[in-house]
Amino acid sequence: MSLRVIKPGLLTSIQDLGRKGFQQHGVIVSGAMDGHSLRIANMLVGNEEGEAALEITLMGPTIKIEKNCLISITGGNLSPTIDNHAIPMWRPILVKNGSMLRFEGCKSGCRAYLTVAGGFAIPEVMESKSTYLRAGIGGFMGRALKADDVLEFNEPSKTLGDKAFNGSFSFPNWFVNEKEFMPGGKPLIRFIDGSQYESFTDSSKDSFVAGAFKVSNQSDRMGYRLSGPTLELKDNGELLSEAVTNGSVQVPPDGNPIILLADSQTTGGYPKMAQVITADLPSIAQVKPGESIQFSRVNLKEAEKLLLQKERQLKELQVSISLALNKWLDT
Amino acid sequence: MPEKLLNITACTLSPLGDSAIVITFGNGMEYSIHKKIKLLMDLLEDEPFAGFIECVPAFTNLTVFYDPFVVYKDQKKSNDTEISPYEAVRSIMEMKLQDLKEIKEISHRTVSIPVCYGKEYGPDLEYVARYNDLTTDEVIHIHSTGEYLAYMIGFAPGFPFLGGMSEEIATPRRSSPRMTIPAGAVGIAGMQTGVYPISTPGGWQLIGQTPTKLFLPNVNPPSLLQAGDIVKFQPITDQEYKEMILKEGLQ
Repeated sequence: MSLRVIKPGLLTSIQDLGRKGFQQHGVIVSGAMDGHSLRIANMLVGNEEGEAALEITLMGPTIKIEKNCLISITGGNLSPTIDNHAIPMWRPILVKNGSMLRFEGCKSGCRAYLTVAGGFAIPEVMESKSTYLRAGIGGFMGRALKADDVLEFNEPSKTLGDKAFNGSFSFPNWFVNEKEFMPGGKPLIRFIDGSQYESFTDSSKDSFVAGAFKVSNQSDRMGYRLSGPTLELKDNGELLSEAVTNGSVQVPPDGNPIILLADSQTTGGYPKMAQVITADLPSIAQVKPGESIQFSRVNLKEAEKLLLQKERQLKELQVSISLALNKWLDT
Repeated sequence: MPEKLLNITACTLSPLGDSAIVITFGNGMEYSIHKKIKLLMDLLEDEPFAGFIECVPAFTNLTVFYDPFVVYKDQKKSNDTEISPYEAVRSIMEMKLQDLKEIKEISHRTVSIPVCYGKEYGPDLEYVARYNDLTTDEVIHIHSTGEYLAYMIGFAPGFPFLGGMSEEIATPRRSSPRMTIPAGAVGIAGMQTGVYPISTPGGWQLIGQTPTKLFLPNVNPPSLLQAGDIVKFQPITDQEYKEMILKEGLQ
């Protein structure tokens, strides 16, 4: 026994950093929408950074913990509690067998990531533990979690020590500064020109950066549909299907852009206005349907610089967390 | 001495975001373009560069996905100047393109897909026949004597984009798409034909059904068909269809 789902929440699924290497067979990448939060959640419990986590969307699940374990929760603040006490995010938490973990409501962001030391005992399908919801493979039986599902844990790589449980849980006094990873307010999403950027009219290019776009309710892990200024091509030539990817901004004939996200199909035939920079994909993942985003155009060099900076920052964080975690568990 | 397959100035290299590069060889559905894409893809898979993740072939181009951080670290080892991962991958691609050599033929695997045409298996067969002033037998004959090239796999896991269908049976999409199309449905949309590997909504004219599984999540590769395969459709009877379904179930 390890973790029992009492209520599943809106959409809770197992995700890792994605199923890479099978796109030529039409198999999508999937994986966490907010990869940074998933990686940090794993670092906080001493896992490999790409280990599978629970991706929790807007309304969180109720979970009974059935074994002493070390967990962490990062990403959007969905108000986690244990036995009705609010618990902090962005730090490791030792949880006592029998405790009840709940999420009381969405305060900020859209998706939270729950990891457990050792990781979930989930078989890999095509080298990944991610759930590919549409094809019904990977993750926990190829689907989102349901009531009464029981998820087993693997043995943690670090011993959890003999920390006394005064109550249901305990945590250290240090934490990751979430402000560095969770932008507040209306997010500014940076993009570089899409493959067919030059095929759009000048006024469409202008309005793409001048206007705010609202994320429609028909948005999911596959893509966010946006409403705002409509975008037009100079002339309507047919495009043969070609590869698309996480962050591709496609414009169908109605002129309303769609940002393809983690569950993006592998190929598409609509013209691509923009490509959201990799460093900003986690920010989009935390935007809720109904909220607005603003786009800002950068060049490829700038996008690469931001990505390399983010990677270095995460590598440094990994080192600091690892030291602090060992110290805390040993004392 | 084999000749250079192409002048590299004849292809265009462009970024797809900050983590992929697209090598485009032309702008139409042509066998000569397909051949170059296939050769480059094989070359990259045989000799991947540091940071290479995967390739996705399409009708006119090949998209190569890479990890910019790994490319950066690898290049930094032998270079002191500021490095753009895209520029580094671009120059690797230019070198690979120089290495592509002309060969007369590339090998193709031929895959036969059994199809039970018409009736409940192909509810739109009669419509396709009427639309083209043919009998249903003529449609089946034309569809099942054609040879089709899988230019790419996409849209859904294992879904082949097949080229080479006869214009005689070309039929527009249904005016209103079906909410669900069963896995294995064989359809026509305009000049295209294809097979749905998993159940999805869709607007294609359904002319038959195959018992063969095109998406095999527990097999490597997970797609029965690969870009470059030649596909032939083999008509089967109800009885054969049912027997094959039973056999597929047992596997």
